[in-house]
Amino acid sequence: MSVVPAEVVPGRTRGAGETAPGRAELGPRARLWPSLAAVYRAQLSRARVARIPLLFVATFQSIGILVMMRGVVDGGSEAESVVAGSAVLVVAFVALNLLAQYFGQLRASGGLDHYATLPVPPASVVLGAAAAYASFTVPGTVVTAVFGCLLFGLPMTHLWVLAAVVPLSGAALSGLGAACGLLAPRPELATLLGQLGMSAALLLGVLPADRMPEAVRLVRDLLPSTYGVEALARTFGAHPDWAFVAGDLAVCAGVGVASLAVATWAYRRAAVR
Amino acid sequence: MSGCGSPPRTRAEAPDPVGSFLVSTRAAPVIGDRDDVVCAVRGLTKTYPAVRARRNAPGTPAVRATDDVRLDVRRGEVFGLLGPNGAGKSTLVRQLTGLMRPDTGSVEILGHDIVRHPERAARILAYLGQDSTALDELTVSLAAETTGRLRGLDVRRARAERDAVLDELGLAVIAGRPLKKLSGGQRRLACFAAALVGERPLLVLDEPTTGMDPVARRAVWSAVDRRRAENGTTVLLVTHNVIEAETVLDRVAVLDQGRIIACDTPAGLKEQVADEVRVELVWRERAPLEVPEVAALRDRAAESGRRWTLRLVPEEARTVVATVTGGAAFAALDDFTLATPSLEDVYLSLGGAARQGLVKA
Repeated sequence: MSVVPAEVVPGRTRGAGETAPGRAELGPRARLWPSLAAVYRAQLSRARVARIPLLFVATFQSIGILVMMRGVVDGGSEAESVVAGSAVLVVAFVALNLLAQYFGQLRASGGLDHYATLPVPPASVVLGAAAAYASFTVPGTVVTAVFGCLLFGLPMTHLWVLAAVVPLSGAALSGLGAACGLLAPRPELATLLGQLGMSAALLLGVLPADRMPEAVRLVRDLLPSTYGVEALARTFGAHPDWAFVAGDLAVCAGVGVASLAVATWAYRRAAVR
Repeated sequence: MSGCGSPPRTRAEAPDPVGSFLVSTRAAPVIGDRDDVVCAVRGLTKTYPAVRARRNAPGTPAVRATDDVRLDVRRGEVFGLLGPNGAGKSTLVRQLTGLMRPDTGSVEILGHDIVRHPERAARILAYLGQDSTALDELTVSLAAETTGRLRGLDVRRARAERDAVLDELGLAVIAGRPLKKLSGGQRRLACFAAALVGERPLLVLDEPTTGMDPVARRAVWSAVDRRRAENGTTVLLVTHNVIEAETVLDRVAVLDQGRIIACDTPAGLKEQVADEVRVELVWRERAPLEVPEVAALRDRAAESGRRWTLRLVPEEARTVVATVTGGAAFAALDDFTLATPSLEDVYLSLGGAARQGLVKA
């Protein structure tokens, strides 16, 4: 069926001296931001096909926890951390758990080859996917926070702080999720790590810290989602200490930068085997 | 020697290129000068390390997936890598596309050293792998557009090329559907479309037409031919479909256990076994071994259930056909075919390790 003989195709006879060493010009490199935007847009569109049921699961899980805790916690600072913990749990579910699974599967199936044979910076692929997964969490987090405030009678005055909490804890958790997914040697392990991370965020974030033993509290301090929870919990007070809120968010941002850098490195490593 | 290259020839003794225009590649390949080599592979070797046995998982010895491979792919040709599963085709392709680092050897594509600069491969070639996970949940249109953008096109050009490619391949009607919801062949065609957005001088296609219907196949090959005619695009094709290999390839390298055991035009390869024909006998229930002529044939036949496959010189074949179409043997015969050699026969006569051949019928 291939009817063009190789001899008659153009570009065969070259003038002497033209591109002397015989090197072809390379195609353009995809630049960081445009390709990040392209990956982000593509990932976001996947939500329409595959992610919506999971987003519902994430939200219902958190709302269920709120309702359950209503019977145990009456109000005060404990209620604040329950509401904040449940809201951030949505971020942990989607950004940490689902992203770890996604990258784990992509790596195992050979899907990374698609990106690895395109001239796209690794950071664009990792950041684009992480940003998209963090974005998926916005509706669920907002719904959970508002529902929690109504249920426990907390003020909604400072809920705008979610606009900082979601992206920053999203960056930290999706960075961890991506790193887990890309580093795990097998996809089941990536799923396991994602699930464990989410369970930790659930247990250590939702339950009030005052009642925890010292050792568990240390683990809690190591988990980046904790700082998102604390930042949000502080803003339920009448006069939030904004310096502490900013400090907590700065930790999230720092972990985000570090974990996304690790994830980018892990992507590079996974792409060329 | 596991190679397939151009014999060395200095530029001085190269004749004027006009002569080569008159020769069809199929009949006799014309060796171009070095500038015409798009992809030069030398001594490429990759060994997968042995895996120690664990509980429930037996160990595997070290495997040479590619063994001292030498190749020259010339500008504008459709060059095929043919071989059974596990012959090392995909490993070879992964090394050519910068996805895998070889243990030793060199890969030079259009003058660029891909072993030293694997990242350059992405800027020279387009690769269609076997897996579509990365695109599965995107719509056909977005898959093509995103791939174009990640190939460095701006939004306007990516969209224009996307529209042109989808039209060309007849995918415009399903442009809005996610790949996941498409049939295997349509999905494959959509991935092929994505590979074409953002023109590249070299297309590396790993079994591009798997699962496609004849219409889709034709769309693929006419898209490939158009690019060859207009831009001089070179195609490196991995296949284990012998029929397709015979019709679309200019040259083919036959791989077996990581080594290139033959490399020529399909017609040239078939000439190697031109003195043989293939006789296939299908028995109704079992072979009538009580007929002495049939019993004598058994040693030379490759048996697969009720089917016997024999490779014979024409006179012998005539005798066999005469025997089985008469007398007691005919009563036991269900069907028989007599065929001229195909690439499949070439592979088997070259001593291909997988005795069942390249493709399953």
